[in-house]
Amino acid sequence: MPDSNAAPRRVDGSRPPNPLFRNLTSKLAALPMVLTALVVFIGCTGWTIVHSFTGSKLLPKLNWVGFDQYEKLWNTRRWLISIENLALYGIFSLCFTLVIGFTLAALLDRKIRFEAAFRTIFLYPFALSFIVTGLVWQWILNPDLGIQHVVRSMGFTGFEFDPLYNASIVLYGLLIAGLWQGTGFVMVIMLAGLRGIDEDVWKAARVDGIPVWKTYIRVIIPMMRPVFITALVVITSGIIKLYDLVVAMTAGGPGIASEVPAKYVYDRMFSSQNLGQGFAASTMMLLAVAIILIPWAYLEFGGKKHD
Amino acid sequence: MRTITGLLAATALTSASAAFATDLEVTHWWTSGGEAAAVAEFAKAFNEGTDHTWIDGAIAGSGSTARPIIVSRILGGDPMAATQLNHGRQAEELVEEGLMMDLTEIAEAEGWKDVVNPPSLLDACTLDGKIYCAPINIHSWQWMWLSHKAYADAGLDVPQNWDEFAASAPQLAEAGKIPLAMGQQAWQSNGAFGVMSIAIAGIDAWTDVFVNKNEETVMGPEYTKVFEAAAMAREFSKDSKVQDWNLATNLVITGQAGAQIMGDWAQGEFAVAGQVAGEDYTCLPGLGANEVIDTGGDAFYFPVNDDPEVTAAQKELASILMSKEAQVAFNLKKGSLPVRGDVDLSAANDCMKKGLKILADGGTVPSGDMALSRDILDELEDLLTEFWSDPSYSPEEAQKAYAEIISRAE
Repeated sequence: MPDSNAAPRRVDGSRPPNPLFRNLTSKLAALPMVLTALVVFIGCTGWTIVHSFTGSKLLPKLNWVGFDQYEKLWNTRRWLISIENLALYGIFSLCFTLVIGFTLAALLDRKIRFEAAFRTIFLYPFALSFIVTGLVWQWILNPDLGIQHVVRSMGFTGFEFDPLYNASIVLYGLLIAGLWQGTGFVMVIMLAGLRGIDEDVWKAARVDGIPVWKTYIRVIIPMMRPVFITALVVITSGIIKLYDLVVAMTAGGPGIASEVPAKYVYDRMFSSQNLGQGFAASTMMLLAVAIILIPWAYLEFGGKKHD
Repeated sequence: MRTITGLLAATALTSASAAFATDLEVTHWWTSGGEAAAVAEFAKAFNEGTDHTWIDGAIAGSGSTARPIIVSRILGGDPMAATQLNHGRQAEELVEEGLMMDLTEIAEAEGWKDVVNPPSLLDACTLDGKIYCAPINIHSWQWMWLSHKAYADAGLDVPQNWDEFAASAPQLAEAGKIPLAMGQQAWQSNGAFGVMSIAIAGIDAWTDVFVNKNEETVMGPEYTKVFEAAAMAREFSKDSKVQDWNLATNLVITGQAGAQIMGDWAQGEFAVAGQVAGEDYTCLPGLGANEVIDTGGDAFYFPVNDDPEVTAAQKELASILMSKEAQVAFNLKKGSLPVRGDVDLSAANDCMKKGLKILADGGTVPSGDMALSRDILDELEDLLTEFWSDPSYSPEEAQKAYAEIISRAE
């Protein structure tokens, strides 16, 4: 590949061509993508943010109300509970998915028998949508049909396990289903990362007499940094858009104990016919993602070029 | 499909003057057994009474699922010919944007103003003096259903009002019954609270809050009693761990629970179970204290359509929906009350007759859907469902939060 940045010298002395038209075909080919990015992502995001400062009800209108929507949003108990729920769910989900995913992958990587079969079994839940996952777990956790019923019918009549009907632990009910669905995929990513580790690293560790667990923690995991980052992005984006699992399992209940921000946005926009409030809430979600992701992505990907 | 109809219409314009057969798509969310049977009566009346065809566009799920679909289709330029909505303020903005057909002409020709009872139903369809929807039926929330079996098992008399019920609840609980059955869904706790506020605070206080949006009344002594009663009801219903309203009704039918506060649609469940009003169950309108019913319900809206053929057919449909025959056939199946005061409903059961009598006496209030915007209603719903599911949420706090929401209502 010739360096495209160096302007080619013209023999006949005419002006160099406008850089805009260089590589015209590839630029044309990229145009749809550029337009999509500009119009759909940037344009619609801007439109949403602008309208979050209006009093739009069922239809988007430009009747400015300043920061009223945001003021209302942060005075709404349900929104605060939603944020708290998401934070809790996020922290637990992130830690457990990574730990369980990596452990499973490491176990599978020990050249066990029937590896393909186990891999398929662990990955299977990921093929189900959150709605199906939610419904299945709603039945399993239902006190009259699921685990509680089974254990009680075995003779332990005092046994109580009804996370979906108990406001203080409903989040853990959601977490169980979320982990069941999501860890398989993380495990596969991790496994791919483990397979990318050079066999010589293991040999060297063995020669030095380092125990296996220590090799994992001190050598392998630091080497797998890019894989962990990929997994992290996949898990976090899944957490922030958490919605369907809640709808299928609890519909936000009992009471409003398992509400999440995405559900608040949907309910305000479509059920309450209050677009302005929904836009304000979704702008806050965008802001949260931006605050977390931008500096981190900059450090992670932007800084690398100088190495 | 539409292009074909359009082409047919265009070619036929020159040749004939007779009415053309048009397909009208009608969307609604009546999908349970009784509801589907009821809406089939409308389809039958329309198919037999005109040359047009009723295309059924049922949307599964409740109103909260169907409403966004309906609204986005109308906004997206793919309007159906007619659609169910709850009359009230849900369609207000669609009407303001000129997306709904003006029915004033037919309404005046057929004298809807004279036959629709109570008149508030037609008022809810009216904006700036023009009528935009056809009210179909009246559903009221203000009912308490009591199980005779549960009370007989506990050796108690069936209560005749809320106070007697509240007094009997501890004894019911001792006898191993759930005093009050209640589904866990938000709209149910919200609705039950609405019923209690009319019954306990009285109509004047209720009107002051819902119609005049006076938050001071919420903090007043009448509403304090309502919140105290709601806290009691929360305690009575703590053991009913079911989600859907019909499962809660089933607890009453089977005598596992003493009572349920639920709208008149619960009647259909008792009927399906073969129970007789007065013998197996008692219905108390307005909790036996204030015998009033609200007049919420369903209405049909007709989105504006470019095709004159469709527009003509829409008008025919509107007039059929309001006809005496269709009203009787539909409402008997649906278990709701007809919107016309001049039809004969001798086939109605005891509870329906109680409702009709209250209606005839004028004991009606507008429904929450008519008085408040969806936004405020949803906020109240969030508050009450939290209150209902969290025993540590004190009635005083809930009362303050309620007043704060009402103060922001427009």
